[in-house]
Amino acid sequence: MSASSDVGFHAQRHARWHYGEAAFWLIVLACGFLFPSRYLIMTDILRLALFAMSLDLILGYAGIVSLGHAAFFGVGAYAAGLLALHGVINEPVLALIAAGLAATVLGFATSFLVIRGVDLTRLMVTLGIALLLEALAERFSNITGGTDGLQGIEMQPILGQIPFDMFGKAGFFYSLAVLFVLFLLARRIVHSPFGLSLRAIKNNPLRAAAIGIPVNRRLIAIYTFAAFYAGIAGALFTQTTAIASLDVFAFDRSADLMLVLVIGGTGYLYGGLIGAVIFRMLQEVFSTITPQYWQFWIGLVLVVIVLVGRQRLHYGVLFLPNLLIKQIAGRKAVVTVPESEA
Amino acid sequence: MFEHKTFSRAAAIAAVAGLAGLAPVKAEDTVKVGLILPMTGGQASTGKQIENAIKLYMQQNGDTVAGKKIEIIVKDDAAIPDKTKTAAQELIVNDKVSFIGGFGVTPAALAAAPLATQAKIPEVVMAAGTSIITERSPYIVRTSFTLAQSSTIIGDWAVQNGIKKVATLTSDYAPGNDALNFFKEHFTAGGGEVVEEVKTPLANPDFAPFLQRMKDAKPDAIFVFVPAGQGGNFMKQYAERGLDKAGIKVIGPGDVTDDDLLNNMGDAVLGTVTAHIYSAAHPSQMNKDFVAAYKKAFGNRPGFMAVSGYDGIHLIYEALKKTNGDTDGTKLVEAMKGQKWESPRGPISIDPETRDIIQNVYIRRVARSKSDGELYNVEFQVFEAVKDLGKTKK
Amino acid sequence: MTSILTNLFDGVAYGMLLFVLACGLAVTLGLMNFVNLAHGAFAMAGGYVCMLLVNQHGWPFFAALPLAFVSSAVIGIVLERALYRHLYTRSHLDQVLFTIGLTFMSVAAVDYMQGSSRVFINLPAALEGQFDVFGVGIGRYRLMIIVICGLLTIGLQMVLAKTRFGSRLRAAVDDPRAASGLGINVPQVFAFTFAFGCGLAGLGGALSAEILGLDPYFPLKFMIYFLIVVTVGGSSSITGPFLASLLLGIGDVAGKYYVPKMGPFVIYTMMIVILIWRPNGLFGRTAAR
Repeated sequence: MSASSDVGFHAQRHARWHYGEAAFWLIVLACGFLFPSRYLIMTDILRLALFAMSLDLILGYAGIVSLGHAAFFGVGAYAAGLLALHGVINEPVLALIAAGLAATVLGFATSFLVIRGVDLTRLMVTLGIALLLEALAERFSNITGGTDGLQGIEMQPILGQIPFDMFGKAGFFYSLAVLFVLFLLARRIVHSPFGLSLRAIKNNPLRAAAIGIPVNRRLIAIYTFAAFYAGIAGALFTQTTAIASLDVFAFDRSADLMLVLVIGGTGYLYGGLIGAVIFRMLQEVFSTITPQYWQFWIGLVLVVIVLVGRQRLHYGVLFLPNLLIKQIAGRKAVVTVPESEA
Repeated sequence: MFEHKTFSRAAAIAAVAGLAGLAPVKAEDTVKVGLILPMTGGQASTGKQIENAIKLYMQQNGDTVAGKKIEIIVKDDAAIPDKTKTAAQELIVNDKVSFIGGFGVTPAALAAAPLATQAKIPEVVMAAGTSIITERSPYIVRTSFTLAQSSTIIGDWAVQNGIKKVATLTSDYAPGNDALNFFKEHFTAGGGEVVEEVKTPLANPDFAPFLQRMKDAKPDAIFVFVPAGQGGNFMKQYAERGLDKAGIKVIGPGDVTDDDLLNNMGDAVLGTVTAHIYSAAHPSQMNKDFVAAYKKAFGNRPGFMAVSGYDGIHLIYEALKKTNGDTDGTKLVEAMKGQKWESPRGPISIDPETRDIIQNVYIRRVARSKSDGELYNVEFQVFEAVKDLGKTKK
Repeated sequence: MTSILTNLFDGVAYGMLLFVLACGLAVTLGLMNFVNLAHGAFAMAGGYVCMLLVNQHGWPFFAALPLAFVSSAVIGIVLERALYRHLYTRSHLDQVLFTIGLTFMSVAAVDYMQGSSRVFINLPAALEGQFDVFGVGIGRYRLMIIVICGLLTIGLQMVLAKTRFGSRLRAAVDDPRAASGLGINVPQVFAFTFAFGCGLAGLGGALSAEILGLDPYFPLKFMIYFLIVVTVGGSSSITGPFLASLLLGIGDVAGKYYVPKMGPFVIYTMMIVILIWRPNGLFGRTAAR
């Protein structure tokens, strides 16, 4: 990767679509038809995946750690809820974008606080912002409904055509469409020169600055962009559940998100998607077996993951798909899990 | 756990039936009841009490009613509304339950309401206590209580008993606000004055600064509503702050002196007067048996959440008896309306109009029992058959 | 005026308590650069040990307190030797994942063994109630907390600054390689320090049952507070976390008293402002690791 033409070649090769990726999305789509009775939980996974992708953009690509990503999720959720409740924007897709933009504004405003400091400071500042917003939402309960949440949200049909149904079918395909579009966008961005410059910053900010990358401006840009994604995830949450309550800001949400992304692996966009599936399935399985003590088993899984080593685990899990891809496409390990430092 | 036990029992019965050459238990002979409860998180004790009480009821009354086997499926929602909704949907669509029940907090009960309406499945609320809940779906029936029931009565009682200035401390969420508003309305209508009003955040580690504020306001009494489970901390700090010595009494709905924690609260709690629907010291034979059986099975005293769960499952049994095993949701709700029975808490019934519970509200004072030396809420005045005043007013 | 002093007193007591609870975390995070989010679990363990001894076995409260310390320290050293030491060199994300896992396990385990209700420790009558000093209400229990925690703080500072062990620890932290080259048994020093930090947390857990409430969710509920103390305080010494604890304690109490509706704002805003002003905390090292 020394010569510049070489870099360009590698970057382009990475940016190309692979069979594995197409297969992944086809499988996801197929799930929508295979498990018609589990739409709600699958929608939940999609929302979480989008949310995790948002964190991946800043953590995996720009190296910004955050324990307060729920702040944007929450703003998106409440924005979508309030828009629908007061009938400001009735059409869900427009409301979704509006809610995402609300989160974007917050992301831009807080990005200046976040780009300062070391990891630990960033963790705490982001956490602080989320907690502050939670406190605000609780304080202004006349707007937000306080601890009881926004009640009585009724969603209008998507694009005026497709109504949300009780079994969550419309919600699922709606969420899937949103996730896919945003995934394409994110994929385009991380493989653009802008995305590559972020990686340079992540690896060594000083060197990145030395070769003329405006480090702070790039970080602000990606943080704001990630906030938009998180806001959309939050808005999807409100639109598909017709609920917005204080726990959208909760620390647990941010912490779970971190777990999801760490389980799935950072820095290749699919980490959040895979992590979301694994994490929710584990939760679902354990809480069905023992509704009271499922946390113990989740904890045990986390501990084991770390002790065995994420790297080894990912290698083991991805061994088969990679082998297949190698055989079929004649290419080497396209689904890789770059290790990240935090 | 629970599910496993019933499952293994079902397996055992099926095996026995098979051996005897009888037809095994078929799916259509089973009625599933989905319980959505906070089994983890801050409200977990509520969920456990309800689950325990239901277990107890089924031990005592068998798991078959009107020829149908009752199967309980417990789901944890950690009192988070979106989890409640997902759980409710899973139960209705996948497990094909005929009832959903439980609901530790108001937002959870409300989140499930549209599903109950759409699926035409009775939603039996066994804990959440805000008035509006039953208005959100014609399929909601409640066996717990409403805050309006106890708060209005303690408000009336306070003015009649020489309490003139009251400071209030309530948790800042719907039940807390219900409690505060209904109390205030009745208390000020009787000529009382609220001198200080503090709403505490729901997750609240330390009451001390709020209590100091109360103390500095020098009221005759503090009206307190904190969710079940926080009462202990409140009373401890009330004593520590010396409010008992300053002659400031504690009054409120009975959540603050919940039976399952009461005995650990120390002497400071003596003399606290609350209005509530259930006391473990309720002097009926039925309650004595209930308390003894519960203690024997689970090692501690049942609180009002346990009684609500016990009555909740009773109502489900009775409804099935009345429909003769028919699991049509609309018929079941019809069957529940107007049900009347003797509960460990006293005589109760379901209001046919509002599907809310009608029950006695008791004024109680905390005292140390002479027989076992433990602290109890001793009932000394009864307001009979109280409807939910939060609704009748409209 | 008197209410200001009472609030100040309460705030100091609260802050001191936070300090004892969190200073073990300051050591592991600041000195050993290990993110131990399971710190609260050790505090909870101490609290429950104390509760069981006092309530069920009739031990006097003051005899049970040291045992809370010892039991948490023992659990700490066992886990350190068995699990933690393998993770010192791993990335922070691994450490977060691992310790959150441990926290979840501890929460569910305690729930399983002791139930999910809050528990209380039966206190001796001498510690209950309040007495007046020139009109200022002084809670006996809180006074005891201030005394115990104050002595501990002074003791800790002395140990770190004056003893051989203290200088070894500081050396091991500043440059583990050079320190081991000088013949300091670095893993041993770390293990001992870790255990001591856990022990302090256990003691803090036992003391806090009365004020913060003790239930299986303790480690999750207070994780944020501990992190605030450590990040705001900075990690170069224990003076930073100490001052941060006091600030947090007083701020929280005063916030709740004077602006009850804005309670949580006060501490979060304070934290953000301090961290913006000094990203490495009040007493942070200037160079980030």
